[in-house]
Amino acid sequence: MAYSDKVIDHYNNPRNVGSLSKEDPNVGTGLVGAPECGDVMKLQIKVNEESGVIEDAKFKTFGCGSAIASSSLATEWVKGKTLAEALAIKNTDIVKELSLPPVKIHCSVLAEDAIKAAVTDWKKKHENGE
Amino acid sequence: MVKLPIYMDNHATTPLDPRVLEAMMPYLTDQFGNAASRNHKFGWEAEEAVEEARKQLAALIGADAREIVITSGATESDNLAVKGVAWMYREKGNHIITAVTEHKAILDTCKHLEKEGFRVTFLPVDNRGFVDLDDLRKAITDKTILISVMTANNEVGVIQDIKAIGKIARERGVLFHTDAVQAVGKVPFNVNEMNVDIASLSAHKFYGPKGVGALYVRRRNPRVLLTPIIDGGGHERGMRSGTLNVPGIVGFGKAAQIAREEMPKESAEMFRLREKLRTTLEKELDEIYINGDLQKRLPGNLNMSFAYVEGESLLMGINDVAVSSGSACTSASLEPSYVLKALGVGEDLAHTSIRFGIGRFNTEEEVDYVAGRVIEVVRRLRELSPLYEMAKEGIDLKSVHWATEA
Repeated sequence: MAYSDKVIDHYNNPRNVGSLSKEDPNVGTGLVGAPECGDVMKLQIKVNEESGVIEDAKFKTFGCGSAIASSSLATEWVKGKTLAEALAIKNTDIVKELSLPPVKIHCSVLAEDAIKAAVTDWKKKHENGE
Repeated sequence: MVKLPIYMDNHATTPLDPRVLEAMMPYLTDQFGNAASRNHKFGWEAEEAVEEARKQLAALIGADAREIVITSGATESDNLAVKGVAWMYREKGNHIITAVTEHKAILDTCKHLEKEGFRVTFLPVDNRGFVDLDDLRKAITDKTILISVMTANNEVGVIQDIKAIGKIARERGVLFHTDAVQAVGKVPFNVNEMNVDIASLSAHKFYGPKGVGALYVRRRNPRVLLTPIIDGGGHERGMRSGTLNVPGIVGFGKAAQIAREEMPKESAEMFRLREKLRTTLEKELDEIYINGDLQKRLPGNLNMSFAYVEGESLLMGINDVAVSSGSACTSASLEPSYVLKALGVGEDLAHTSIRFGIGRFNTEEEVDYVAGRVIEVVRRLRELSPLYEMAKEGIDLKSVHWATEA
Protein backbone atom coordinates (compact mmCIF):
# COMPACT_ATOMS: atom_id res chain seq x y z
CA MET A 1 0.00 0.00 0.00
CA ALA A 2 1.38 3.41 -0.89
CA TYR A 3 1.27 6.08 1.78
CA SER A 4 0.60 9.74 1.08
CA ASP A 5 3.51 12.16 1.49
CA LYS A 6 1.80 13.73 4.50
CA VAL A 7 1.45 10.37 6.26
CA ILE A 8 5.11 9.63 5.59
CA ASP A 9 6.11 13.06 6.87
CA HIS A 10 4.18 12.63 10.14
CA TYR A 11 5.57 9.11 10.51
CA ASN A 12 9.15 10.23 9.99
CA ASN A 13 8.81 13.48 11.97
CA PRO A 14 5.95 12.98 14.39
CA ARG A 15 4.88 16.24 16.06
CA ASN A 16 4.42 16.59 19.80
CA VAL A 17 5.52 13.14 20.87
CA GLY A 18 5.65 12.64 24.60
CA SER A 19 3.69 12.72 27.81
CA LEU A 20 2.28 15.34 30.13
CA SER A 21 1.75 14.63 33.81
CA LYS A 22 -1.56 12.86 34.27
CA GLU A 23 -1.71 14.29 37.78
CA ASP A 24 -1.63 17.89 36.58
CA PRO A 25 -5.17 19.28 37.05
CA ASN A 26 -4.89 21.18 33.79
CA VAL A 27 -4.03 18.09 31.78
CA GLY A 28 -6.67 15.94 30.13
CA THR A 29 -5.69 12.45 29.00
CA GLY A 30 -7.41 10.33 26.37
CA LEU A 31 -6.42 6.68 25.92
CA VAL A 32 -8.34 4.94 23.17
CA GLY A 33 -8.12 1.73 21.14
CA ALA A 34 -6.84 -1.66 22.30
CA PRO A 35 -3.65 -3.67 21.81
CA GLU A 36 -5.70 -6.59 20.40
CA CYS A 37 -7.01 -4.31 17.67
CA GLY A 38 -3.54 -3.12 16.75
CA ASP A 39 -4.15 0.54 17.62
CA VAL A 40 -3.76 2.42 20.89
CA MET A 41 -3.58 6.21 21.04
CA LYS A 42 -2.78 8.34 24.04
CA LEU A 43 -3.50 12.02 23.49
CA GLN A 44 -3.03 14.63 26.18
CA ILE A 45 -3.99 18.28 26.27
CA LYS A 46 -2.92 21.02 28.65
CA VAL A 47 -5.62 23.66 29.02
CA ASN A 48 -5.18 27.24 30.21
CA GLU A 49 -7.70 27.58 32.99
CA GLU A 50 -8.43 31.21 32.36
CA SER A 51 -8.69 31.34 28.59
CA GLY A 52 -9.88 27.76 28.10
CA VAL A 53 -7.40 27.41 25.28
CA ILE A 54 -5.35 24.25 24.69
CA GLU A 55 -1.78 25.40 25.26
CA ASP A 56 0.01 22.15 24.69
CA ALA A 57 -0.72 18.68 23.36
CA LYS A 58 1.27 15.46 23.34
CA PHE A 59 0.67 11.99 21.98
CA LYS A 60 2.00 8.47 21.88
CA THR A 61 0.58 5.90 19.50
CA PHE A 62 0.89 2.16 18.99
CA GLY A 63 -0.40 1.49 15.51
CA CYS A 64 0.27 1.64 11.82
CA GLY A 65 1.76 4.65 10.04
CA SER A 66 -1.67 6.12 9.39
CA ALA A 67 -2.58 5.86 13.07
CA ILE A 68 0.66 7.60 14.05
CA ALA A 69 0.06 10.31 11.45
CA SER A 70 -3.59 10.83 12.48
CA SER A 71 -2.70 11.35 16.12
CA SER A 72 0.32 13.51 15.30
CA LEU A 73 -1.90 15.71 13.15
CA ALA A 74 -4.55 15.83 15.88
CA THR A 75 -2.06 17.28 18.38
CA GLU A 76 -1.04 19.92 15.86
CA TRP A 77 -4.64 20.88 15.23
CA VAL A 78 -5.86 21.08 18.82
CA LYS A 79 -3.06 23.36 19.96
CA GLY A 80 -4.28 26.95 20.27
CA LYS A 81 -7.92 25.91 20.02
CA THR A 82 -10.59 26.18 22.67
CA LEU A 83 -12.14 22.95 23.91
CA ALA A 84 -15.24 23.60 21.82
CA GLU A 85 -13.15 24.16 18.71
CA ALA A 86 -11.13 21.00 19.40
CA LEU A 87 -14.33 18.99 19.75
CA ALA A 88 -15.43 20.27 16.36
CA ILE A 89 -12.53 18.46 14.63
CA LYS A 90 -14.03 15.63 12.60
CA ASN A 91 -12.35 12.43 11.52
CA THR A 92 -13.25 13.28 7.93
CA ASP A 93 -11.04 16.39 8.20
CA ILE A 94 -8.13 14.12 9.12
CA VAL A 95 -8.94 11.70 6.29
CA LYS A 96 -8.90 14.60 3.85
CA GLU A 97 -5.72 16.20 5.14
CA LEU A 98 -3.77 12.91 5.13
CA SER A 99 -5.45 11.38 2.04
CA LEU A 100 -6.19 8.21 4.00
CA PRO A 101 -7.50 5.25 1.97
CA PRO A 102 -10.80 3.61 3.06
CA VAL A 103 -9.09 0.82 5.04
CA LYS A 104 -7.38 3.47 7.18
CA ILE A 105 -10.44 5.54 8.05
CA HIS A 106 -10.62 3.82 11.44
CA CYS A 107 -7.29 5.50 12.30
CA SER A 108 -8.89 8.92 11.88
CA VAL A 109 -11.93 7.85 13.90
CA LEU A 110 -9.62 6.80 16.69
CA ALA A 111 -7.84 10.17 16.59
CA GLU A 112 -11.18 11.98 16.87
CA ASP A 113 -12.09 9.70 19.79
CA ALA A 114 -8.76 10.49 21.43
CA ILE A 115 -9.43 14.24 21.29
CA LYS A 116 -12.91 13.72 22.75
CA ALA A 117 -11.58 11.45 25.49
CA ALA A 118 -8.89 13.97 26.46
CA VAL A 119 -11.44 16.80 26.66
CA THR A 120 -13.83 14.64 28.68
CA ASP A 121 -11.04 13.76 31.10
CA TRP A 122 -10.16 17.41 31.56
CA LYS A 123 -13.77 18.38 32.14
CA LYS A 124 -14.21 15.57 34.64
CA LYS A 125 -11.23 16.83 36.64
CA HIS A 126 -12.75 20.29 36.73
CA GLU A 127 -16.27 19.23 37.70
CA ASN A 128 -14.85 17.39 40.69
CA GLY A 129 -12.30 20.01 41.60
CA GLU A 130 -14.48 23.09 41.65
CA MET B 1 27.81 -0.87 0.96
CA VAL B 2 24.77 -3.06 0.56
CA LYS B 3 22.52 -2.62 -2.42
CA LEU B 4 19.03 -1.38 -1.48
CA PRO B 5 16.28 -2.37 -1.27
CA ILE B 6 17.05 -5.73 0.31
CA TYR B 7 14.76 -8.66 -0.43
CA MET B 8 14.26 -10.84 2.65
CA ASP B 9 10.79 -12.23 1.99
CA ASN B 10 11.80 -15.54 0.47
CA HIS B 11 8.72 -17.41 1.74
CA ALA B 12 6.54 -15.24 -0.49
CA THR B 13 8.65 -15.91 -3.54
CA THR B 14 12.30 -16.26 -4.49
CA PRO B 15 14.24 -14.56 -7.26
CA LEU B 16 14.90 -16.62 -10.36
CA ASP B 17 18.37 -18.17 -10.26
CA PRO B 18 20.33 -16.94 -13.31
CA ARG B 19 21.26 -20.57 -14.09
CA VAL B 20 17.55 -21.39 -14.24
CA LEU B 21 16.85 -18.54 -16.62
CA GLU B 22 19.70 -19.71 -18.82
CA ALA B 23 18.23 -23.22 -18.99
CA MET B 24 14.81 -21.79 -19.86
CA MET B 25 15.88 -19.37 -22.59
CA PRO B 26 16.01 -21.81 -25.53
CA TYR B 27 12.45 -22.89 -24.74
CA LEU B 28 11.25 -19.30 -24.69
CA THR B 29 12.78 -18.70 -28.12
CA ASP B 30 13.69 -21.28 -30.81
CA GLN B 31 12.47 -24.45 -29.10
CA PHE B 32 8.89 -23.40 -28.66
CA GLY B 33 7.22 -26.69 -29.51
CA ASN B 34 4.18 -28.19 -27.84
CA ALA B 35 5.23 -31.21 -25.81
CA ALA B 36 2.06 -32.97 -26.96
CA SER B 37 2.96 -32.69 -30.66
CA ARG B 38 3.95 -36.24 -31.50
CA ASN B 39 4.85 -35.96 -35.17
CA HIS B 40 7.62 -33.37 -35.54
CA LYS B 41 10.94 -32.29 -34.12
CA PHE B 42 9.56 -29.25 -32.29
CA GLY B 43 7.25 -31.44 -30.28
CA TRP B 44 9.87 -34.11 -29.62
CA GLU B 45 12.36 -31.56 -28.31
CA ALA B 46 9.77 -30.08 -26.00
CA GLU B 47 8.70 -33.49 -24.74
CA GLU B 48 12.29 -34.52 -24.15
CA ALA B 49 12.95 -31.34 -22.16
CA VAL B 50 9.85 -31.93 -20.04
CA GLU B 51 10.83 -35.52 -19.34
CA GLU B 52 14.31 -34.43 -18.28
CA ALA B 53 12.79 -31.88 -15.90
CA ARG B 54 10.45 -34.54 -14.51
CA LYS B 55 13.50 -36.69 -13.70
CA GLN B 56 15.22 -33.78 -11.98
CA LEU B 57 12.12 -33.10 -9.90
CA ALA B 58 11.68 -36.77 -9.03
CA ALA B 59 15.33 -37.02 -7.97
CA LEU B 60 14.90 -34.10 -5.55
CA ILE B 61 12.10 -35.86 -3.65
CA GLY B 62 13.10 -39.50 -4.12
CA ALA B 63 10.25 -40.27 -6.51
CA ASP B 64 9.88 -41.86 -9.95
CA ALA B 65 9.57 -39.42 -12.86
CA ARG B 66 6.22 -40.98 -13.80
CA GLU B 67 4.84 -39.87 -10.44
CA ILE B 68 5.24 -36.15 -11.18
CA VAL B 69 2.11 -34.34 -12.42
CA ILE B 70 2.82 -30.82 -13.63
CA THR B 71 0.42 -28.03 -12.57
CA SER B 72 0.31 -24.26 -12.64
CA GLY B 73 1.53 -23.91 -9.08
CA ALA B 74 0.97 -24.83 -5.48
CA THR B 75 -2.62 -23.65 -5.21
CA GLU B 76 -3.64 -25.86 -8.11
CA SER B 77 -1.60 -28.75 -6.71
CA ASP B 78 -3.32 -28.46 -3.34
CA ASN B 79 -6.74 -28.26 -5.00
CA LEU B 80 -6.02 -31.26 -7.19
CA ALA B 81 -4.72 -33.30 -4.27
CA VAL B 82 -7.61 -32.67 -1.91
CA LYS B 83 -10.51 -32.48 -4.37
CA GLY B 84 -8.98 -35.20 -6.52
CA VAL B 85 -8.86 -37.66 -3.62
CA ALA B 86 -12.22 -36.57 -2.22
CA TRP B 87 -14.04 -37.03 -5.53
CA MET B 88 -12.23 -40.26 -6.45
CA TYR B 89 -12.75 -41.99 -3.09
CA ARG B 90 -16.13 -40.61 -2.04
CA GLU B 91 -17.63 -44.09 -2.17
CA LYS B 92 -15.08 -45.19 0.40
CA GLY B 93 -15.60 -42.33 2.80
CA ASN B 94 -16.29 -38.67 3.26
CA HIS B 95 -13.89 -37.63 6.00
CA ILE B 96 -10.75 -35.51 5.59
CA ILE B 97 -8.27 -34.52 8.29
CA THR B 98 -6.11 -31.42 8.06
CA ALA B 99 -4.65 -28.80 10.41
CA VAL B 100 -5.62 -25.24 11.28
CA THR B 101 -2.25 -23.80 10.25
CA GLU B 102 -2.44 -25.03 6.64
CA HIS B 103 -2.22 -22.67 3.70
CA LYS B 104 -5.51 -21.17 2.49
CA ALA B 105 -5.27 -23.32 -0.63
CA ILE B 106 -5.90 -26.33 1.62
CA LEU B 107 -8.25 -24.74 4.15
CA ASP B 108 -10.53 -23.14 1.58
CA THR B 109 -10.54 -26.29 -0.56
CA CYS B 110 -11.62 -28.26 2.51
CA LYS B 111 -14.34 -25.71 3.27
CA HIS B 112 -15.53 -26.03 -0.31
CA LEU B 113 -15.75 -29.81 0.13
CA GLU B 114 -17.69 -29.39 3.38
CA LYS B 115 -20.40 -27.71 1.34
CA GLU B 116 -20.46 -30.79 -0.88
CA GLY B 117 -21.15 -32.96 2.15
CA PHE B 118 -17.64 -33.97 3.15
CA ARG B 119 -16.70 -33.82 6.80
CA VAL B 120 -13.42 -32.15 7.69
CA THR B 121 -11.46 -32.26 10.94
CA PHE B 122 -9.20 -29.26 11.41
CA LEU B 123 -6.61 -30.40 13.95
CA PRO B 124 -5.27 -27.78 16.37
CA VAL B 125 -1.54 -27.22 16.89
CA ASP B 126 0.40 -26.68 20.12
CA ASN B 127 2.12 -23.41 20.94
CA ARG B 128 5.22 -24.47 19.04
CA GLY B 129 3.13 -25.15 15.92
CA PHE B 130 2.96 -28.94 15.94
CA VAL B 131 0.05 -31.25 15.31
CA ASP B 132 -0.36 -33.74 18.16
CA LEU B 133 0.02 -37.29 16.83
CA ASP B 134 -2.47 -38.69 19.33
CA ASP B 135 -5.03 -36.11 18.22
CA LEU B 136 -4.42 -37.30 14.68
CA ARG B 137 -4.82 -40.99 15.59
CA LYS B 138 -8.04 -40.26 17.45
CA ALA B 139 -9.45 -38.25 14.56
CA ILE B 140 -9.16 -41.10 12.07
CA THR B 141 -12.40 -42.99 11.45
CA ASP B 142 -13.56 -45.70 9.01
CA LYS B 143 -14.73 -42.88 6.78
CA THR B 144 -11.37 -41.07 6.64
CA ILE B 145 -9.99 -40.97 3.10
CA LEU B 146 -7.29 -38.30 3.36
CA ILE B 147 -4.91 -36.67 5.80
CA SER B 148 -3.37 -33.42 4.58
CA VAL B 149 -0.70 -31.80 6.76
CA MET B 150 1.89 -29.39 5.44
CA THR B 151 5.59 -30.12 5.77
CA ALA B 152 6.84 -26.62 6.62
CA ASN B 153 4.63 -23.69 7.51
CA ASN B 154 4.83 -20.60 5.32
CA GLU B 155 4.61 -18.14 8.20
CA VAL B 156 6.52 -19.64 11.10
CA GLY B 157 8.64 -22.19 9.18
CA VAL B 158 7.81 -24.99 11.62
CA ILE B 159 8.45 -28.45 10.18
CA GLN B 160 5.93 -31.15 11.14
CA ASP B 161 6.94 -34.74 11.87
CA ILE B 162 5.91 -35.84 8.39
CA LYS B 163 7.48 -39.27 8.67
CA ALA B 164 5.42 -40.08 11.79
CA ILE B 165 2.21 -38.67 10.30
CA GLY B 166 2.82 -40.69 7.14
CA LYS B 167 3.36 -43.83 9.18
CA ILE B 168 0.08 -43.35 11.02
CA ALA B 169 -1.74 -42.79 7.73
CA ARG B 170 -0.14 -45.87 6.19
CA GLU B 171 -1.05 -48.07 9.17
CA ARG B 172 -4.66 -46.93 9.01
CA GLY B 173 -4.89 -47.22 5.24
CA VAL B 174 -5.55 -43.52 4.74
CA LEU B 175 -3.94 -41.52 1.93
CA PHE B 176 -1.49 -38.84 3.06
CA HIS B 177 -0.96 -35.54 1.25
CA THR B 178 1.54 -32.90 2.30
CA ASP B 179 1.89 -29.35 1.04
CA ALA B 180 5.69 -29.42 0.81
CA VAL B 181 5.98 -26.10 -1.00
CA GLN B 182 8.12 -24.32 1.60
CA ALA B 183 10.20 -27.37 2.51
CA VAL B 184 11.24 -28.84 -0.82
CA GLY B 185 14.60 -27.52 -1.94
CA LYS B 186 15.34 -26.18 1.55
CA VAL B 187 15.43 -29.29 3.75
CA PRO B 188 15.71 -33.01 2.88
CA PHE B 189 12.39 -34.37 1.66
CA ASN B 190 11.91 -37.96 0.50
CA VAL B 191 8.47 -39.34 -0.30
CA ASN B 192 9.43 -42.93 0.50
CA GLU B 193 11.30 -42.31 3.73
CA MET B 194 8.47 -40.04 4.87
CA ASN B 195 5.54 -42.26 3.80
CA VAL B 196 4.07 -39.53 1.63
CA ASP B 197 1.44 -40.45 -1.00
CA ILE B 198 0.81 -37.04 -2.54
CA ALA B 199 2.91 -33.87 -2.28
CA SER B 200 2.53 -30.31 -3.59
CA LEU B 201 5.55 -28.48 -4.99
CA SER B 202 6.07 -25.01 -6.42
CA ALA B 203 8.94 -23.78 -8.62
CA HIS B 204 9.08 -20.16 -7.52
CA LYS B 205 9.67 -21.05 -3.89
CA PHE B 206 13.10 -22.44 -4.75
CA TYR B 207 14.47 -20.04 -7.36
CA GLY B 208 12.45 -21.32 -10.30
CA PRO B 209 9.86 -19.40 -12.32
CA LYS B 210 6.33 -18.49 -11.20
CA GLY B 211 3.33 -20.21 -12.73
CA VAL B 212 4.55 -23.79 -12.52
CA GLY B 213 4.19 -26.41 -9.83
CA ALA B 214 3.82 -30.13 -9.45
CA LEU B 215 1.94 -32.78 -7.60
CA TYR B 216 3.73 -35.95 -6.64
CA VAL B 217 1.20 -38.80 -6.97
CA ARG B 218 2.32 -42.23 -5.74
CA ARG B 219 2.08 -45.01 -8.33
CA ARG B 220 2.42 -48.07 -6.13
CA ASN B 221 1.99 -49.17 -2.51
CA PRO B 222 -0.54 -47.66 -2.64
CA ARG B 223 -1.44 -46.56 -6.15
CA VAL B 224 -3.18 -43.19 -5.84
CA LEU B 225 -5.93 -42.20 -8.25
CA LEU B 226 -7.22 -38.67 -8.57
CA THR B 227 -10.30 -37.26 -10.23
CA PRO B 228 -9.08 -34.35 -12.36
CA ILE B 229 -10.29 -30.85 -11.55
CA ILE B 230 -9.56 -29.62 -15.08
CA ASP B 231 -10.99 -31.51 -18.06
CA GLY B 232 -9.51 -31.51 -21.51
CA GLY B 233 -6.90 -33.24 -23.63
CA GLY B 234 -5.89 -35.80 -21.04
CA HIS B 235 -2.35 -34.58 -20.43
CA GLU B 236 -0.38 -35.73 -17.39
CA ARG B 237 -1.86 -39.24 -17.30
CA GLY B 238 -5.32 -37.74 -17.44
CA MET B 239 -4.89 -36.00 -14.11
CA ARG B 240 -4.22 -32.52 -15.43
CA SER B 241 -5.19 -31.43 -18.91
CA GLY B 242 -3.64 -28.40 -20.53
CA THR B 243 -0.67 -27.66 -22.78
CA LEU B 244 2.50 -27.92 -20.77
CA ASN B 245 4.39 -24.77 -19.85
CA VAL B 246 7.63 -26.09 -21.32
CA PRO B 247 10.01 -23.24 -20.44
CA GLY B 248 8.55 -23.08 -16.94
CA ILE B 249 8.92 -26.82 -16.48
CA VAL B 250 12.51 -26.76 -17.76
CA GLY B 251 13.26 -24.00 -15.23
CA PHE B 252 11.49 -25.98 -12.50
CA GLY B 253 13.68 -29.01 -13.28
CA LYS B 254 16.87 -26.96 -13.32
CA ALA B 255 15.93 -25.33 -10.01
CA ALA B 256 15.37 -28.80 -8.55
CA GLN B 257 18.75 -30.00 -9.77
CA ILE B 258 20.53 -26.99 -8.26
CA ALA B 259 18.64 -27.37 -4.98
CA ARG B 260 19.56 -31.04 -4.74
CA GLU B 261 23.24 -30.39 -5.37
CA GLU B 262 23.57 -27.33 -3.18
CA MET B 263 21.13 -27.97 -0.35
CA PRO B 264 23.55 -29.20 2.34
CA LYS B 265 25.87 -26.23 1.97
CA GLU B 266 23.10 -23.75 1.32
CA SER B 267 20.87 -24.71 4.23
CA ALA B 268 23.83 -24.53 6.61
CA GLU B 269 24.52 -21.00 5.39
CA MET B 270 20.85 -19.98 5.69
CA PHE B 271 20.87 -21.30 9.23
CA ARG B 272 24.04 -19.40 10.10
CA LEU B 273 22.61 -16.13 8.77
CA ARG B 274 19.24 -16.70 10.45
CA GLU B 275 20.92 -17.35 13.78
CA LYS B 276 23.06 -14.25 13.39
CA LEU B 277 19.95 -12.17 12.77
CA ARG B 278 18.14 -13.72 15.72
CA THR B 279 20.97 -13.41 18.22
CA THR B 280 21.78 -9.84 17.18
CA LEU B 281 18.16 -8.77 17.66
CA GLU B 282 17.88 -10.62 20.95
CA LYS B 283 21.04 -9.02 22.27
CA GLU B 284 19.93 -5.49 21.45
CA LEU B 285 16.17 -5.53 22.11
CA ASP B 286 14.11 -6.63 25.09
CA GLU B 287 10.65 -8.19 24.92
CA ILE B 288 10.94 -9.83 21.54
CA TYR B 289 9.45 -13.27 21.08
CA ILE B 290 10.02 -16.02 18.56
CA ASN B 291 6.84 -17.45 17.09
CA GLY B 292 6.90 -21.20 16.53
CA ASP B 293 9.44 -23.83 17.47
CA LEU B 294 13.04 -22.74 16.96
CA GLN B 295 14.55 -26.20 16.46
CA LYS B 296 12.31 -27.93 13.89
CA ARG B 297 12.16 -25.01 11.56
CA LEU B 298 13.18 -23.95 8.06
CA PRO B 299 16.77 -22.71 8.25
CA GLY B 300 15.98 -19.35 6.62
CA ASN B 301 12.84 -18.54 8.65
CA LEU B 302 12.61 -16.13 11.54
CA ASN B 303 9.18 -15.03 12.76
CA MET B 304 9.35 -12.65 15.69
CA SER B 305 7.03 -10.41 17.67
CA PHE B 306 8.39 -7.05 18.77
CA ALA B 307 6.14 -6.19 21.72
CA TYR B 308 4.58 -2.69 21.77
CA VAL B 309 5.48 -1.99 18.12
CA GLU B 310 2.76 -2.50 15.52
CA GLY B 311 4.01 -4.55 12.56
CA GLU B 312 2.95 -2.31 9.73
CA SER B 313 4.55 0.74 11.31
CA LEU B 314 7.74 -1.29 11.70
CA LEU B 315 7.63 -2.27 8.03
CA MET B 316 7.15 1.39 7.15
CA GLY B 317 10.25 2.27 9.14
CA ILE B 318 12.40 -0.33 7.44
CA ASN B 319 11.07 0.53 4.01
CA ASP B 320 14.31 -0.38 2.25
CA VAL B 321 13.93 -3.97 3.46
CA ALA B 322 11.28 -6.32 2.07
CA VAL B 323 9.86 -8.57 4.80
CA SER B 324 6.27 -9.28 5.84
CA SER B 325 4.12 -8.94 8.92
CA GLY B 326 1.36 -10.92 10.63
CA SER B 327 -0.31 -7.67 11.58
CA ALA B 328 -3.91 -7.17 10.59
CA CYS B 329 -3.08 -3.89 8.96
CA THR B 330 -1.01 -5.62 6.30
CA SER B 331 -3.74 -8.06 5.31
CA ALA B 332 -6.80 -7.49 3.22
CA SER B 333 -9.02 -9.11 5.86
CA LEU B 334 -7.95 -6.78 8.70
CA GLU B 335 -7.55 -9.89 10.84
CA PRO B 336 -4.17 -10.74 12.30
CA SER B 337 -2.48 -13.96 11.18
CA TYR B 338 -4.62 -17.07 11.76
CA VAL B 339 -1.44 -19.13 12.00
CA LEU B 340 -0.11 -17.12 14.93
CA LYS B 341 -3.55 -17.25 16.53
CA ALA B 342 -3.53 -21.04 16.21
CA LEU B 343 -0.19 -21.13 18.00
CA GLY B 344 -1.79 -19.25 20.88
CA VAL B 345 0.04 -16.00 20.17
CA GLY B 346 -2.18 -13.25 21.59
CA GLU B 347 -3.67 -10.78 19.13
CA ASP B 348 -1.67 -8.00 20.75
CA LEU B 349 1.59 -9.81 19.90
CA ALA B 350 0.34 -11.03 16.52
CA HIS B 351 0.01 -7.38 15.51
CA THR B 352 3.70 -6.90 16.25
CA SER B 353 5.05 -9.86 14.28
CA ILE B 354 7.53 -9.76 11.43
CA ARG B 355 8.52 -12.67 9.18
CA PHE B 356 12.06 -12.66 7.84
CA GLY B 357 12.74 -15.13 5.03
CA ILE B 358 16.43 -15.49 4.29
CA GLY B 359 17.26 -16.97 0.90
CA ARG B 360 20.05 -18.11 -1.40
CA PHE B 361 21.03 -14.62 -2.50
CA ASN B 362 21.08 -12.88 0.87
CA THR B 363 24.50 -11.95 2.20
CA GLU B 364 25.89 -11.49 5.67
CA GLU B 365 26.19 -7.74 5.02
CA GLU B 366 22.48 -7.65 4.25
CA VAL B 367 21.64 -9.50 7.46
CA ASP B 368 23.75 -7.03 9.44
CA TYR B 369 22.06 -4.11 7.73
CA VAL B 370 18.56 -5.50 8.36
CA ALA B 371 19.33 -6.20 12.02
CA GLY B 372 20.62 -2.66 12.45
CA ARG B 373 17.59 -1.09 10.83
CA VAL B 374 15.13 -3.19 12.82
CA ILE B 375 16.86 -2.34 16.11
CA GLU B 376 16.86 1.36 15.28
CA VAL B 377 13.21 1.48 14.19
CA VAL B 378 11.91 -0.69 17.05
CA ARG B 379 13.63 1.62 19.55
CA ARG B 380 12.21 4.69 17.86
CA LEU B 381 8.68 3.30 17.71
CA ARG B 382 8.81 2.15 21.31
CA GLU B 383 9.56 5.72 22.32
CA LEU B 384 6.36 6.54 20.47
CA SER B 385 4.37 3.68 21.97
CA PRO B 386 1.99 4.35 24.87
CA LEU B 387 2.03 0.60 25.59
CA TYR B 388 5.79 0.54 26.05
CA GLU B 389 5.54 3.52 28.39
CA MET B 390 2.78 1.86 30.41
CA ALA B 391 4.69 -1.42 30.59
CA LYS B 392 7.79 0.42 31.82
CA GLU B 393 5.65 2.14 34.48
CA GLY B 394 4.74 -1.33 35.68
CA ILE B 395 1.16 -1.31 34.44
CA ASP B 396 -0.13 -4.77 33.51
CA LEU B 397 -1.58 -4.17 30.06
CA LYS B 398 -3.84 -7.18 30.43
CA SER B 399 -5.53 -5.55 33.43
CA VAL B 400 -6.32 -2.32 31.59
CA HIS B 401 -9.93 -1.92 30.57
CA TRP B 402 -9.61 -1.06 26.89
CA ALA B 403 -12.40 0.62 25.03
CA THR B 404 -12.59 -1.83 22.15
CA GLU B 405 -15.63 -0.48 20.38
CA ALA B 406 -13.48 1.75 18.14
